[in-house]
Amino acid sequence: MSANHLLRLAAVIIIIGLLPVVSVAQGIATYSPVTDQRLLKPEPQNWLMYRGTYDGWGYSPLDKINAANVKKLVPVWSLSTGVIEGHQAPPIVNEGVMFITTPQNQVFALDAKTGDLLWRHKRELPDDIILIHPTNRGVGLYDDKVYFGTLDCHLVALDAKTGQVVWDKTVGDYKQAYYITMAPLVAKGKIIVGMSGGEYGIRGYIATFDAKTGEEVWKTYTIPGPGEPGHETWSGDTWKTGAVSVWITGHYDPQFNLTYWGTGNTGPWPADAHPGDNLYATSVIALEADTGKLKGYHQYHWNDSWDWDEVAAPLLIDVPRDGRSIKALVHPARSGYLWLLERTAEAIKFVEGKPYVKQDVFASIDPTTGRPTYNEDRKVGLNKAVTFCPSLWGGKDWTPAAYSPQTGYLYIPANENLCSYLVGKETPYEPGKLFLGIDRTATKLLMAEGAKHIGELQAWDMKTFQKVWTHQFKWQNWGPVLTTAGGLVFLGGTSDRYFRAFDANTGTPLWEYRTNSGITAVPTSYAVDGVQYIAVQSGWGVDAQRMQARLDTLLGSSTIVPQGGVLWVFALRE
Amino acid sequence: MENKANNDAGFPRCFARRTVLQVVLGLVPGWPLLKGARAQESVPHQTRPQEGDRFVFATGERKGNLIAPADLPSGGPPVTAYPMDPHSRIVRDGSRLNQVLLIHFEPEALARDTRLRAAAGIVAYSAICTHAGCDVSDWKDHTKTLMCFCHFSEFDPRDSARVLDGPAPRRLAALPLKVVDGGLVAAGEFIGRVGFQQG
Repeated sequence: MSANHLLRLAAVIIIIGLLPVVSVAQGIATYSPVTDQRLLKPEPQNWLMYRGTYDGWGYSPLDKINAANVKKLVPVWSLSTGVIEGHQAPPIVNEGVMFITTPQNQVFALDAKTGDLLWRHKRELPDDIILIHPTNRGVGLYDDKVYFGTLDCHLVALDAKTGQVVWDKTVGDYKQAYYITMAPLVAKGKIIVGMSGGEYGIRGYIATFDAKTGEEVWKTYTIPGPGEPGHETWSGDTWKTGAVSVWITGHYDPQFNLTYWGTGNTGPWPADAHPGDNLYATSVIALEADTGKLKGYHQYHWNDSWDWDEVAAPLLIDVPRDGRSIKALVHPARSGYLWLLERTAEAIKFVEGKPYVKQDVFASIDPTTGRPTYNEDRKVGLNKAVTFCPSLWGGKDWTPAAYSPQTGYLYIPANENLCSYLVGKETPYEPGKLFLGIDRTATKLLMAEGAKHIGELQAWDMKTFQKVWTHQFKWQNWGPVLTTAGGLVFLGGTSDRYFRAFDANTGTPLWEYRTNSGITAVPTSYAVDGVQYIAVQSGWGVDAQRMQARLDTLLGSSTIVPQGGVLWVFALRE
Repeated sequence: MENKANNDAGFPRCFARRTVLQVVLGLVPGWPLLKGARAQESVPHQTRPQEGDRFVFATGERKGNLIAPADLPSGGPPVTAYPMDPHSRIVRDGSRLNQVLLIHFEPEALARDTRLRAAAGIVAYSAICTHAGCDVSDWKDHTKTLMCFCHFSEFDPRDSARVLDGPAPRRLAALPLKVVDGGLVAAGEFIGRVGFQQG
């Protein structure tokens, strides 16, 4: 063989050796477009949106993994994300293709069965960005595109097959601390996102873009402007910097064509810094999907002063009540109350509310309207020191609860026995600067006297509106909940790095696996070729880390929860 | 921004080398973006602090006024400042990354390396946290430490702003100071990278 031949042979070998790499770079050969019909009724094997379905249940109809065999659950593949901080996004799966987002706005496309990396999109963030919430909560899917919001306040559409940018739109000004952490809601060909930034004196809004072109379709402020109904609930110019962020993906009722969103706290925090009810802060709002028009609202609590933003959208559940079935909105609130509301095409009506953790702020609840009265000595004010329970992180923060139609139970990841100490302080507004109105160095996290535990997983029967079981964790719980038709509830959330499964009927712990870091991400379930998988990202950070730091200060301890994200995928051992 | 002295250490500053680099880097995807960033930095009010810069109040009633050593209370709290070009009097407030924390201690309270960069006991650090880019805006007077409220990272300004607690991966960038004719002046550029680093 001549030297020439040898060189040619070597070249062929090198090219063949590179083939797998080339195919990775080429992305996905075939991809199932996501349609309106598929979003309305996702196939059991898929997880097409943030909570799986428009009603926000966090429920998978897959049942091959069940209470009898869950002990055989083992990791089948994993992926290091290469970044630190709070990994919170669900693995979203469309016919065997998985999409995850990570802190710092990476998007991965993966073969959901093998873990093969199909493509990765990595956003270059500006140097001068403020990452107070360095996280992302997932993608939205529509047609042949993947959508995600960014920390520099853009909405980006990627080609699902290649990861290439199709369009990239500015939604707000990151220099004034407008940013996006939520997974977009996709409804009727529109991509809908809300603004984060409540700590910086923003004026919150929800904005909607055409899925194909990226053109803005509508934008609705969460604080009404002059002349709009509700503006009178703000005093002076406080509406301009009153916050009312929208942190978390809304839910959608196709029958009423309404999207439902949880809204954030007012800013700055002390009540007397923004006198009035402050609509539509700390509320659920119903916006028409086509126009953004406000069709109904319910304010859980007025003139907030506790940083109790009601970030999570309520779950849409049909609930039996007084001999009939009502279309309910169910919301385990940051205030520590579990709210039951009735939704119609034109309004949202209060039905019932009761505390699910110790709460010492509400003195009473109006039985008709649900409007609370307050214990004044628990209300944060300027130059006033106050202790209140639950803490500013609430009975439950952003972490989503789940509902199983199989058991009829709502599963709440709660934190009990925590209280906050705050001192109100006059703070001038400056764009891009913290605007909390408190003496920041004086803030404290406290534990209730005699407390033996903090974290809880609670199950509430939606037929009776009564708690049926509680599992206690010694320390705090920051675990989003997944429930499945296998009679199981999955969550992580604790600083000991475990991912756990419980019996959905009884709360009995059935399985646990120790991961690389603490889990604060949304777990999902999907199937490929008839095999059911459970997937979750592990990567501690953001508010779970903040609470840990405050607990360590309180207790004089030093808890190390290693950071760095890993995606874990589990299946039954064959 | 890296300390220029560190970046260029050992390399001759010659035009030919830069030209060659530009030709090579022109082939690298993303280089035009980088070039854009550099062009932005060449705008005086966005340029990082330079040797010889003076300091003005960044906020409050005296915003924009020159800061004299006597304006800094002994033992803290810090004063947030922007650097100012002494010739053009352009304040470098075009980027939040230019915010500087000035704190006055007794010189003997400072660690050796910190004392070498200080002027009359006054130390200067970047006000941007190395963890997630938030403003290091809080002062714990009882411990004389700097804290970032975003994620509770804590820094020791008497010892190079090293990390005492929290998720910050490294100390704050330091700015060497000198006193010239009774005025406070930057003695160089930032030592260490300003702000967070994307993974």
